[in-house]
Amino acid sequence: MSDAVAMPHSLTAPSEDRAGPLSLDVRDIVLRFGETTVLDGLSFALGASGCTMVMGANGSGKSMLLKLLHGLMEPSAGHISWGGYAPQEVTARQALVFQKPVLLRRTVAANIDFVLKTRGKDRARVTALLDHVGLTQKADQPARLLSGGEAQRLALARALATDPEVLFLDEPTASLDPASVLAIERSVSDARDRGVRIIFVTHDVGQARRMADDVVFLHRGRVAEHSPSTEFFAGPRSSAARDYLNGRIVV
Amino acid sequence: MQSISEAFGLALALVLSGDADLIEIVLLSLRVSLTATVVACLIGLPIGALVAIARFRGRNAVLIVMNALMGLPPVVVGLLVYLYLSRSGPLGFLGLLYTPTAMIIAQTILIAPIVAALSRQVLEDLHAEYADQFRSLCLTRVQTIQALLWDARYSLLTVGLAGFGRAVAEVGAVIIVGGNIDHLTRVMTTAIALETSKGDLALALALGIILLVIALCVNGAVQSVRMTAVKQAYV
Repeated sequence: MSDAVAMPHSLTAPSEDRAGPLSLDVRDIVLRFGETTVLDGLSFALGASGCTMVMGANGSGKSMLLKLLHGLMEPSAGHISWGGYAPQEVTARQALVFQKPVLLRRTVAANIDFVLKTRGKDRARVTALLDHVGLTQKADQPARLLSGGEAQRLALARALATDPEVLFLDEPTASLDPASVLAIERSVSDARDRGVRIIFVTHDVGQARRMADDVVFLHRGRVAEHSPSTEFFAGPRSSAARDYLNGRIVV
Repeated sequence: MQSISEAFGLALALVLSGDADLIEIVLLSLRVSLTATVVACLIGLPIGALVAIARFRGRNAVLIVMNALMGLPPVVVGLLVYLYLSRSGPLGFLGLLYTPTAMIIAQTILIAPIVAALSRQVLEDLHAEYADQFRSLCLTRVQTIQALLWDARYSLLTVGLAGFGRAVAEVGAVIIVGGNIDHLTRVMTTAIALETSKGDLALALALGIILLVIALCVNGAVQSVRMTAVKQAYV
């Protein structure tokens, strides 16, 4: 995260000394579960800033890819480097918002306070983070009684509480109403504008058009295409991406 | 039938009159069993949590032993504690035999495995839900255990209740290490056993009624706390 940029809402912690920027280099990643190969020699590289959308049909390995990049899983083969670091070495500099938010059995505010406390951050930031995602009025309510959209906004606030340099989002707006989608997108865009690297899995083509700087399209466990967003949506090079965007079944 | 109904009548009279001996026995029972439950939770919950999140060689064997220890026979526990605390035993110098402390020790040994084994299952299920999120947050093992114990607090109340139920109802261990001494180590279960053998069914029944009422009250209280927690989706 660029600490020199002015941050709204006191969302971020005072500047910390951190190692170099986290550009990503993925080389020939293979992920197998028994006889099933989920990722099959996948390679791509990303710069240290911007918003990358990861797209592809169900089962193409998008969620697994995020977990590998975040250091929650080990690949069967291949190499992942974040500016020279292994994923497990930089997990603490990243955050992941899961498709189904995992909320603690506590109040909304306590969910954020837990992260600030365990990560040694300023706990007074709870209010600013709740305000940022529009949950101030719900602060004292049980988190697990929130609606889907509210729960996902809380998960996002909790992820932002860790001051991540890289923010992964795994279909965070799937099955949310348009207002909630907009709220999530606005928060993510704010984070990107503050220098947070965004890697976002989505099936929502409209969302990808609105937010992506570039698109990584997965097909059969490989990168079928990695293009700037404008090029990808103007005319995808791969037939799999063309079929996907045209609504044809891609397996 | 008449003697039974007569005994019931006398028992109710004893309970309603607030008989001093009866109250003393009840209070000692509660003190011993509640203390044993608290100590067993302090020992059993961290062990249950650690086994719930740790993966190591021989874990299955540990689980089998933990589950088997839930069925420890009270008289065997009583006998072992007796051997350790008796004058010729390794801890005889402490002079604890035939004291409430000895009874607390025996009950703690009896119910700590229950707390550990049942909490392990509760916490392992919860950890399956939280594991990826916690790893993403880079929590330490201690932070993970603390968070699991706190988030499972209402489910763990039931675990504590199971331990308390076992402690307050058992007679074998406390009669061996406590000796059922009047005004010193006589608790409800040992008094019931003694009074029944003496033929004083009224006092035995009065104590039995109180034991049942306590069990109902404690269960009712825990259940109502759990119901509130369920409404708030904290369970």
